[in-house]
Amino acid sequence: MILIKIGNFLIPLVVLLIIIYAIRKKVPIYDSFVSGAKEGLELAISVLPYLVAMLFATNILLKSDILNHIFLAMKPFFDFIKVPVEILPMAVIRPISGNASFAVMIELIKTFGVDSFIGRLAATLQGSTDTTIYVLSLYFGSIGIKKIGHAMWAGLLTDLVAVIVSIILVSVVFG
Amino acid sequence: MIQMMNKIWGVFIIVGILFSLFSGNVEVINNEIINYPSEILEIFLSMLPLMVIWSGIMNIAKDAKLLDKIANFMMPLFRIIFPDIPKGHESLGYIASNLTINMLGIHNASTPFGLKAMKSLNELNKDKKVATRSMITFLVLNTSGVTIIATDIIAIRSMYGAVSPTMILSTTITATIITTIFGLVMDRILYKFWRKR
Repeated sequence: MILIKIGNFLIPLVVLLIIIYAIRKKVPIYDSFVSGAKEGLELAISVLPYLVAMLFATNILLKSDILNHIFLAMKPFFDFIKVPVEILPMAVIRPISGNASFAVMIELIKTFGVDSFIGRLAATLQGSTDTTIYVLSLYFGSIGIKKIGHAMWAGLLTDLVAVIVSIILVSVVFG
Repeated sequence: MIQMMNKIWGVFIIVGILFSLFSGNVEVINNEIINYPSEILEIFLSMLPLMVIWSGIMNIAKDAKLLDKIANFMMPLFRIIFPDIPKGHESLGYIASNLTINMLGIHNASTPFGLKAMKSLNELNKDKKVATRSMITFLVLNTSGVTIIATDIIAIRSMYGAVSPTMILSTTITATIITTIFGLVMDRILYKFWRKR
């Protein structure tokens, strides 16, 4: 409970601190806000095509239900290595789209219960890593980088580790 | 990157549509293609005000030289993580802000700083088509997720009646620390490996 409270206070507090600090430094706060907001708007609009492209493709893949079919077929294998098969579609989507994996997390919590093993695992996985492919395509796309070196590998390997670490942690902490 | 994205994007759409043709739920996909664009617009519109507002607020912080202060505070750590960025470079302020906001779990608000950090890092770049080492390290930090307070997850957990919604922080924070450290180590190892090729 206390952490939710902190979470609620944090953002207003950050805003308050910035404004007070700026006034003391004699920054024309209104002008500064407007010019920053304008930049933000331009930025958001320039990002829109990437957002549309990514969400469009991800959604077609998700709604075709192919991931569920594949993982169900591989269930014996995943049972053997003690990986709950129900989490796998989310694990695959996590690096691609934060919104999509957030939606899958909610589905899992609804289906299995918020305090079930799967429910807790889904929440932990969602919180443990961020969307690799989305971030990379957005950030590199915005400045026109075409050769990204080892970024994709480092990101995806980290995502894989996030899945493994989440399963272990939830098993150990919540038994 | 573009090459990679071209492949991923194509595979998603082709596999999705072909599979739905075989499994017989092509209507779902049909509806998706027709109706989903409005949903995308909703997602965009829901993050737009946040991006605009935080860009404004953070511009104030920048004008007040507050970002420089945060960057200075994080400097000892940055020297280790980003050895290629010259001391006092503008990008460090943006990186610091981006990471700070990410820690608070407000992801859409952190994007403007992330993009600005990239733009600023690109000024140090000799070949504008190739990612620099610092860019990759920054994005690895970003994609490994440095969320300390996962506000949205806690909100969902309390909405679905969890006994203790915040209990999940024990595992999310531990997991995020482990994956972030792993990501940074991986970045170092792969960097050395890539350079040799």
